[in-house]
Amino acid sequence: MTKTLFEKVWERNLVAPETEDRPAVLHISLHLIHEVTTPQAFTVLNERGLNVRRPDLTLGTIDHSVPTLPAGIDGELPYATPAAKNQVETLRRNCAEHGIPLLDLGDGRRGIVHVVGPELGRTRPGMTIVCGDSHTSTHGAFGALAFGIGTTEVGHVLATQSLLQRKPKTMRIRFVGTPPQSVTGKDLALAMIRQIGTQGGTGYVLEYTGEAIETLSMEGRMTLCNMSIEAGARAGMIAPDDTTWQYLDRAAGVPIPREVDLRTDDGAVFDAHIDIDASAIRPMVTFGTAPDAAVEASGIVPSGSDGLDYMGFKEGQALAEASVTTVFVGSCTNGRIEDMRAAAQVLNGRRVAEGVRMLVVPGSEQVKRQAEQEGLSAIFEKAGAEWREPGCSMCIAMNGDRGKPGDLVVSTSNRNFKGRQGEGVRTVLASPYTAAASAVEGRIASPEDYV
Amino acid sequence: MSSEAFTTLTSRTIVLREENIDTDQIIPARFLTTTSKDSLADACFHDWRFEASGKMTGHPLNTVDLKARQIIVSGNNFGCGSSREHAPWALMALGVRVVISTEIADIFRSNAMKNGLLPVTVDEDTLEALMADPGREVTVSLETQTVTFGNRSVSFEVEPFARRCLLSGQDSMDVLLSALPEIQKFEEAQS
Repeated sequence: MTKTLFEKVWERNLVAPETEDRPAVLHISLHLIHEVTTPQAFTVLNERGLNVRRPDLTLGTIDHSVPTLPAGIDGELPYATPAAKNQVETLRRNCAEHGIPLLDLGDGRRGIVHVVGPELGRTRPGMTIVCGDSHTSTHGAFGALAFGIGTTEVGHVLATQSLLQRKPKTMRIRFVGTPPQSVTGKDLALAMIRQIGTQGGTGYVLEYTGEAIETLSMEGRMTLCNMSIEAGARAGMIAPDDTTWQYLDRAAGVPIPREVDLRTDDGAVFDAHIDIDASAIRPMVTFGTAPDAAVEASGIVPSGSDGLDYMGFKEGQALAEASVTTVFVGSCTNGRIEDMRAAAQVLNGRRVAEGVRMLVVPGSEQVKRQAEQEGLSAIFEKAGAEWREPGCSMCIAMNGDRGKPGDLVVSTSNRNFKGRQGEGVRTVLASPYTAAASAVEGRIASPEDYV
Repeated sequence: MSSEAFTTLTSRTIVLREENIDTDQIIPARFLTTTSKDSLADACFHDWRFEASGKMTGHPLNTVDLKARQIIVSGNNFGCGSSREHAPWALMALGVRVVISTEIADIFRSNAMKNGLLPVTVDEDTLEALMADPGREVTVSLETQTVTFGNRSVSFEVEPFARRCLLSGQDSMDVLLSALPEIQKFEEAQS
């Protein structure tokens, strides 16, 4: 019988199939945890006297609440609030009590949960990966089934290394043709979400295929899978190929056995199909307050759009007329080395426009080191951008990195929701190329002339 | 162990017409540094309900008697965005027990059902009828899987296991713990 990639991964991790009475029991290959969505789960565990079943399959990191500014002369990190500091200390205590490995502050491997999993070689094809974080879909770029869970389910996985799950439906999204050089994984993601809508993927696991995916780097694939949740899909997947195995060999430091069968069989049946003309995609930005409100960066604000009042945009207005106050490059969507290189490519020999504040936040300590070795951080600083310590930073604005009311932020993050980057802050989602071009011009700018 | 049960509720509605009400609206991220589930009522829809100065806005969530209005009727795709379970915790803290929309995001739905908050999806026509009359009395029965208002009664779907847990207040953790022998066997076969 022919099977999809999803079905193969589902079946290999299935403890017990679903019945009317009970959803499937799905074993979890890797459980990633961070400080924000775990404290209440550990409380439940401790109240019930339960142990963590597989600390060896659990990995903790600190990313959401942590400052991206270095410690002061007193040696203290500038936490946004005492609660943020307490949350970090709570994770540290919980990991120590339960024997869970933690990439703590000061650890050269620490970083954003969806950046460190792949770069440490922990994310592997065929795995089930969960985390109390909706952007867990990122890891699907490696042919893993990876999805976000709530805190109650974090407790379930801690205690049993398993989850109760109904089998989701499958949707194949095929990118036909190849886009120009200036188009990145982020632009594919925004074009996809525009086409299927913020709920188009609800109830589905997406599999991305087609020429534009085959030629995409692992970083680009991670960006695309990361944004699956913004189309309502808990998971997005891409079948492993040479690009994947080569990345994994490098990350793991040893050759990883190839599994050539880990792909959708010819003739396997999906519940839904979407084709997207990748050759027609150009650098994209959002103009509204939901991620499907996306349009070409060189375009105009379409009619009949929601969220324009909040954004201060008018129908028919050229996006290039919009002045930018802030640019953010970073996050689990675009905080990897390739993203740093892309932003640096545009900024090299140029300056951030007068009056624009630009933050570049590497996704991990490893990305930070590599960017510094490659001279990228020097390019950012010379251009007038701030080069920060690794963390989620302005993507979720929990750690003190946030805009002021009215700011217009061109951001490489994943959500343009009202207030996401601070009360009254307006967010325009874009690729690192577009973000950097906008920083240079001080207005929303397509990177087509820069790349 | 048990969690909050839900069987049948008759209450008035609060209508939030917006589509894509995301989890950052339901509870802004700056309130997520808490390490408990308590005291989240003020954080719920905080930036809709409070000005930067802390003064309450005139939003309906502030002006109606929330004890009598435990059903939110919302525009399409309620609860999209992050996996934060703080969203259903905060809604429950505000007294909300049911959310009705034409689509409710996957992770929010899953989180809600584990906390005694019932997500109900209905067709567009039913949603329009509910939106046309904010504050009307509606009965939502998980036992019969129906939403009843005026002389109208529509059925809704709900995943049968989550329904059973919610009706009885059973904690799904117990079901997983009872599967530990199977999990053990699976892990042994794997290694």
